[in-house]
Amino acid sequence: MAPYIGASTSRVDGLAKVTGQAKYAADFNTPGLAHGSVVTSSIAKGRIARIDCSAALGVNGVLDVLTHENRPLMADDDQAYKDDVAPGGSPFRPLYGDRIMFSGQPIALVVAETSEIARFAASLVRVEYETDAHVTDVRRQREVSIPVKALASPDEAPFAPPRTRGAPEQGLAAAALRHAGEYYVPIEHHNPMELFASTVVYDGDGKLTVYDKTQGVQNVQRYLCGVFGMKPEDVRVMSPFVGGAFGSGLRPQFQVVLAALAARALQRSVRVVLTRPQMYVLGYRPAMIQRIELGANADGTLEAITHDATTVTSQYEDYFRQETGWSGLLYKCDNAKYEHKLARLDLATPCDMRAPSAPTAHFALESAMDELAVALKLDPLELRLRCYSDRDQNNDRPFSSKALRECYRQGAEAFGWDKRDQEPRSMRDGGELVGWGMATGMWEALQAPITVRIALSANGHAEIACATSDIGTGTYTIMAQVAADMLGLPLENITIKLGDSSLPQSPVEGGSWIAASVSNGIATTAGAIRDELLQLAKRMPGSPLANLAPGEVALVDGKLVSRGDASRSASVADVMRRGAVDRIEQEKTTNPSKDVVRAHNTHAAVFAEVKVDKQVGVISVTRVVSAVAAGRILNAKTARSQILGSVVWGIGMALHEETLIDHRLGRIMNANLAEYHVPVNADVHDIEVIFVDEPDDSNPLGVKGLGEIGIVGVAAAVANAVYHATGTRVRDLPITLDKLRL
Amino acid sequence: MINFQYARATDVVDAVRQIAGHANAKFVAGGTNLIDLMKMDVERPTKVIDITRLPLTQVENTPDGGLRIGALVRNSDAAYHPVVEERYPVLASAITAGASQQLRNMATTGGNLMQRTRCHYFYDTATPCNKREPGTGCSAIDGQNRMHAILGGSDACIATHPSDMCVALALLEANVHVSGASGDRVIGISEFHRLPGDAPQRDSNLGAAEIITAVELPPKGYAKNYTYLKVRDRLSYAFALVSVAVGLELDGDVIREGRFALGGVAHKPWRDPQAEAALRGQPANAATFARAADLLLRDAKGYAHNGFKIDLARRCITRALTQAARGAPQSQSSKKIV
Repeated sequence: MAPYIGASTSRVDGLAKVTGQAKYAADFNTPGLAHGSVVTSSIAKGRIARIDCSAALGVNGVLDVLTHENRPLMADDDQAYKDDVAPGGSPFRPLYGDRIMFSGQPIALVVAETSEIARFAASLVRVEYETDAHVTDVRRQREVSIPVKALASPDEAPFAPPRTRGAPEQGLAAAALRHAGEYYVPIEHHNPMELFASTVVYDGDGKLTVYDKTQGVQNVQRYLCGVFGMKPEDVRVMSPFVGGAFGSGLRPQFQVVLAALAARALQRSVRVVLTRPQMYVLGYRPAMIQRIELGANADGTLEAITHDATTVTSQYEDYFRQETGWSGLLYKCDNAKYEHKLARLDLATPCDMRAPSAPTAHFALESAMDELAVALKLDPLELRLRCYSDRDQNNDRPFSSKALRECYRQGAEAFGWDKRDQEPRSMRDGGELVGWGMATGMWEALQAPITVRIALSANGHAEIACATSDIGTGTYTIMAQVAADMLGLPLENITIKLGDSSLPQSPVEGGSWIAASVSNGIATTAGAIRDELLQLAKRMPGSPLANLAPGEVALVDGKLVSRGDASRSASVADVMRRGAVDRIEQEKTTNPSKDVVRAHNTHAAVFAEVKVDKQVGVISVTRVVSAVAAGRILNAKTARSQILGSVVWGIGMALHEETLIDHRLGRIMNANLAEYHVPVNADVHDIEVIFVDEPDDSNPLGVKGLGEIGIVGVAAAVANAVYHATGTRVRDLPITLDKLRL
Repeated sequence: MINFQYARATDVVDAVRQIAGHANAKFVAGGTNLIDLMKMDVERPTKVIDITRLPLTQVENTPDGGLRIGALVRNSDAAYHPVVEERYPVLASAITAGASQQLRNMATTGGNLMQRTRCHYFYDTATPCNKREPGTGCSAIDGQNRMHAILGGSDACIATHPSDMCVALALLEANVHVSGASGDRVIGISEFHRLPGDAPQRDSNLGAAEIITAVELPPKGYAKNYTYLKVRDRLSYAFALVSVAVGLELDGDVIREGRFALGGVAHKPWRDPQAEAALRGQPANAATFARAADLLLRDAKGYAHNGFKIDLARRCITRALTQAARGAPQSQSSKKIV
């Protein structure tokens, strides 16, 4: 039997999805279900002076209106509201008090017999505010932003900027050539297809079963237990399918609190579905102002780098990620200095959004490198190769693997980079200016502790259980592939259970760490199953496997087989029958090896072609080649889909995405899919994905994860291509046609 | 979203009777705009009159050689109608430049005329907006106004009309047939939509108790030298930053007569007789086109975020006139600008 790992296996949940049998959070029904509609604040800062719910309560079919004034008891300490991935600070508490901290803040929940009645009644809630002055403009707050402290140990705060290396000021002064630039990325918002929703089923004894759109069912379970003082056995959180999230579902969102609050208040099952505009306060990619200065030697090697970034956070939490310091992993440079400041705005706290910090930071760094290449009259790819670093200079250690050089080579070859004319505006296609740009992308290869349970039946079927999520990335499928190979069973004999807080422990699905974590977790537990089977087999009279150690035996095609001598084997069915067991169950926790002496990262080389109408300025990204080094690829098909989707998102970041805030009102004005632009089919042309072979021994399966790497560098590659096409360097995203000088 | 009565109109007379008999009623046909606005609490009709069963779905030749398109003809059916494609390709092109296939399959001719602005503030009931709530002020003038008008605005409103179809209708000088309690009348397309002035809440001159029954196209269709060029922030499914419909009649390289209409720049599709007069009898070349563009834009006014539209409009006019003169109209399927 050919191995499943690495094959282009179609999604095992595909049929359920396309036939509508896959149920999402808002699809679960229960008798007596009530519906909640959220009322949100129209001001950005202040307090609720008066809230009049009488008209809403008067509507036939309205069951209750919950506000801070009449809500049931909730925890009153920050710790209770801290979820697994909460940043520092004081988390937002929905319906807790009268303070308004951002426009669009939930301030009431109308609960009614139908969602239509609830929505109508919600429009009748009247609110009077006492307004305070607000600020929502990062440029205005830049001068009073707060430094993120560089800390002594990298374990202490992994997102703090790296420490200064060498003597950056002297390095810049000594450089033959310097480039300095300031780069801006606006606030960008998640727009997953599935609306955020929670269906809370209220059981007679007060227990809750919560169907939630989330990337971490156990995170939500712990959080709800904290907020409502409930016992873990009384809250079960389910999320079998998620219609996109990519970070927006990492933290428990307010709709789950409101639905649970209402269910407890009314002792009734309640569903809350947010509207698209309401989702614009669930978190966002923070706006980022970056200043980068590069000092180069005449041969194109780097003498010094300084990178300072100001990013947005809320007034109540300190959200930040590793915004600076990517250069220390990518490019050899002895002298470097990083600074990171936070601008506090009267907005909701930002949240992780596909490769948080990396696409924004790489936009600046890789634009700056392109500008340096232009100044040096060097091919931008050649500059990258001259600056290539084989070490993580931030922590002075080697990489577990870094096949970036091969990404550059294969990507350039597939793209035809050698035919590029270096001169801007030199390449034409009729009335269009043609530009070719490239950039590098980098992300982390992480692994987290995880527990997997496997139950093998004598009939040759196995159930794999783990409380992880599949947010559409293909986790069900890769879990089934790995399990099938490890247990020696056909794929169709594998059942995957996930997205249920009662299953064995899993971290939230984020950071691209689930593929590596769960696949190795399955391997561990499958090993325990094999060991148990081997014990049984050895008890058989005249066992062909006598004297073999567990490591000398594998499960292949329904048999225990000696790795050294394939003629020595025993069918699993026989072993179990003779041992009088019809089911073997093992549950094992897999901890990643604490390999801190090496850096663990994924890499990508992105090549983009744009065509720009030279009269009107319309930009098309006609071609993208993304060459990715991400360790072992578990499923060539779903992996390619991840990169394709990432590239599309990167095109959107480059050309389209921008959250528009009216700073006078402190309010987001384009909170819908018509006005917040993401790419449509017409904006997406040829995308070629290359996976570069990259053996890695950081974990037994050599898996690194690739849910995020594909977006990193895309916006920079497109921006660099736009420069090459037009001669206009656009340093603030998105690159709309009005920013071009034609 | 509010509760509302729902009623079905049996014929045009009944539709007029029903809307006249209810102070706050709206017609619904495709519902592609009204229902969204109701969900957003922007439109709050207490009665919705379904007109989808009225017999207004015909596309017919008129005795004078024109074409009459019933108010309930779906946008897709109008765009792909063989006579429209053959004789009025600029209309077919403009319709297919708008919205998405799904929306065009639902939206109707009359509804397209009646669609409301996409101004952010109009849609957000937490903000002041003279169009939505007269007298509250215009948030866009000093706010987010990238999509807003550069021509014909007022201190009360700088919203734009979002339709693509109507830009082609303006070019073709269509007549809008309406029916009301006091009988039928015809409104020229240039008189149909209004400038905001001090009453931006009124998008059109359609009476409160009138219904659109048809749009009639005069014989002249500019089927040979035409284009519809739409420039937007992504390549499809976005409202125009600037769009230009062009129809030319050429004698060799000389323009016998020419028209052009702009979308995305004003509260209504924008034409300028002086600018068009500058085309007449002139050679079809860049200098002529630039002069006409400058004339049309002579009073254009930009705000904080939309000032770029003035130069963009100039470039788009020139390009569109060039496309039409060459007989190379813009394709709406390939987004590459020809």
